[in-house]
Amino acid sequence: MRHHLILRVITKLLVGPIMLFALYVQFHGDYSPGGGFQAGVIMAVAFIIYGIVFSLDHVQRVLPPWLVHKLSALGVLIYAGTGLVSMFTGYAFLDYTALSPDHPVHGQHYGILLVELGVGVTVTGVMVTIYYAFTSRTPIMSDEAW
Amino acid sequence: MSAQAVHHTAMTLNDQLPALQILVTFIAAPLVVMFGSLRLAWPIAFAASAISFVIAVMLLSQVIDGSIISYHMGGWAPPLGIEYRVDAANAFVLVLVTAISTLVLPYARVSIAAEVPEKHHALFYTAFLLCLTGLLGVTITGDAFNVFVFLEISSLSTYVLIAQGANRDRRALTASYDYLIMGTIGATFFVIGLGFLYMATGTLNMADIADRIADQGANRTVRMAFAFIVVGIGLKVAMYPLHLWLPNAYTFAPSAITAFLAATATKVAIYVLLRFMFSVFQPSFLFEFYTLDFIILPFAIIAMFLSSFVAIFQTDFKRMLAYSSIAQIGYILLGISLLTETGLTAAIVHLFNHGITKAALFMAVGAYVLRAKGSFYDEIEGLGRRMPWTSAAVVVGGLSLIGVPGTAGFVSKWVLVQGALEKGWWPVALLIVASSLLAVIYVWRVVEVLYMKPTPADSDVREAPMSMLIPIWIAALACIWFGFNAEMTLSAAQAAALSLLVGSAGMMN
Repeated sequence: MRHHLILRVITKLLVGPIMLFALYVQFHGDYSPGGGFQAGVIMAVAFIIYGIVFSLDHVQRVLPPWLVHKLSALGVLIYAGTGLVSMFTGYAFLDYTALSPDHPVHGQHYGILLVELGVGVTVTGVMVTIYYAFTSRTPIMSDEAW
Repeated sequence: MSAQAVHHTAMTLNDQLPALQILVTFIAAPLVVMFGSLRLAWPIAFAASAISFVIAVMLLSQVIDGSIISYHMGGWAPPLGIEYRVDAANAFVLVLVTAISTLVLPYARVSIAAEVPEKHHALFYTAFLLCLTGLLGVTITGDAFNVFVFLEISSLSTYVLIAQGANRDRRALTASYDYLIMGTIGATFFVIGLGFLYMATGTLNMADIADRIADQGANRTVRMAFAFIVVGIGLKVAMYPLHLWLPNAYTFAPSAITAFLAATATKVAIYVLLRFMFSVFQPSFLFEFYTLDFIILPFAIIAMFLSSFVAIFQTDFKRMLAYSSIAQIGYILLGISLLTETGLTAAIVHLFNHGITKAALFMAVGAYVLRAKGSFYDEIEGLGRRMPWTSAAVVVGGLSLIGVPGTAGFVSKWVLVQGALEKGWWPVALLIVASSLLAVIYVWRVVEVLYMKPTPADSDVREAPMSMLIPIWIAALACIWFGFNAEMTLSAAQAAALSLLVGSAGMMN
């Protein structure tokens, strides 16, 4: 891709706004169309485009495979952790009222933001993992990484 | 619970048990990835499984008297919210699944270390925990769509687990792929069936669906839903003509996984079948359409004979057991198709007894794979003298598979024959006995290979390590224990059968 000057310049210009748009879709998802799944995919697109235009090595310098694995797990933990918080405060699993008992509506708001954040992180992780798995057929994680 | 927080009474740990039943393993799975340590993966998995077992026993002790626990996810009351509903029938299955996983995990440590490359171990135990979560979720939930979601969680992780056998035999990859295709078709059929149900009733809560079907009676939409659900789950159960994925999947999966799946995955699928047949569609619906007499009964009997017959001619111990599993599923389906209390009791008790029997046998196969590097008959010749404890467990498990008096297998077959005679179906009763004779032949072939053939002179095979022998023998002794003390399993199965036959009492209960 060394000679594709236009592709490289445009990609560099686009990656930032794509990430920003992902965050917008993520955190505005409760008012407008969007949410964790869509935001996660858009965020992953930023990395995938970077990987396609530059190279797998370049993108893995930014987002190494081990980190992607941890991200996928972290999102699930954020989701389940939100539910655990409600359990520890004496409500049912994922009862968002627990996050703001005096204003249940606010609680719903916080809850959905947290849960969708978890979804977004995991979807980003999983999408990038799939891309890495397809582009690098040989195992890229060393034994020590685990 | 309402959104009015002011009058909220805090839920205690005991109230949270139904959610914790799936949460412990579900949270442990990403934790294994987060820590990412080879040394921590197994202890986390085992601790999570053991805690789940304790929770399952606590739940069973609360519902054994026929009461029902209903847990509202997120505080949203059913039928709008997702409901977790524990009664005698599914608490029984929860105990079986968690007990087997807690038994298999200590065994898996050595077996998996030998069969799966080390760099996959952390993700392997993650997939195992997710599979367990999925199976528990399918069992505990009272929401029809939630069943589908958990079914997918367990299925997807099962494909990964089966493919892990690729280090020993590359054919594990195609076996896993076959199962993926078949399993996905099954799940699709199931969800199409749910779509029809939703179309007819406008709800996804099982008890609510049951109420509404009872109100409107059977119509074509409901009948289509029933057909799709039976075929979809039938694929997961490995009901006779839909069983083709099973032999390869069981043969090429890592030994510990085969033991786990054989004892739990198909059993949970049978539970789902029972739940939909009896709690969602009501027994009267089944009586009306003779589905069971004309479709399930003949295929069950064909499975009993044909699969046993195929099992006789196998040259691989593990593959033989896989075919025998299909035959044993035939017995369970036969029990269901009798549609009587005795028949259902037989099906449920065989679900349990066959679970522990196959767990013992498949774990023993794993011991041969570890020491003799294979489970083909010519590789395990004469090992009865080299591995006396493992081989003795095979004999015990084999006797239970045949249904010799004094073993768990006898109890369930006895009740099954009783059920058939009660209905006056004496030819069916004779067929049950006749197919057991086929089991005698295939079990005898293994015993002959193990004890009658000379041990190869250059063999340096030793007995399996204690960490494998103890789980094998716990399962083998359980086969004998539940053969003599049938009261416990029979009464639990009877309670479950009764609650199923009554049909759903609907939302109010």
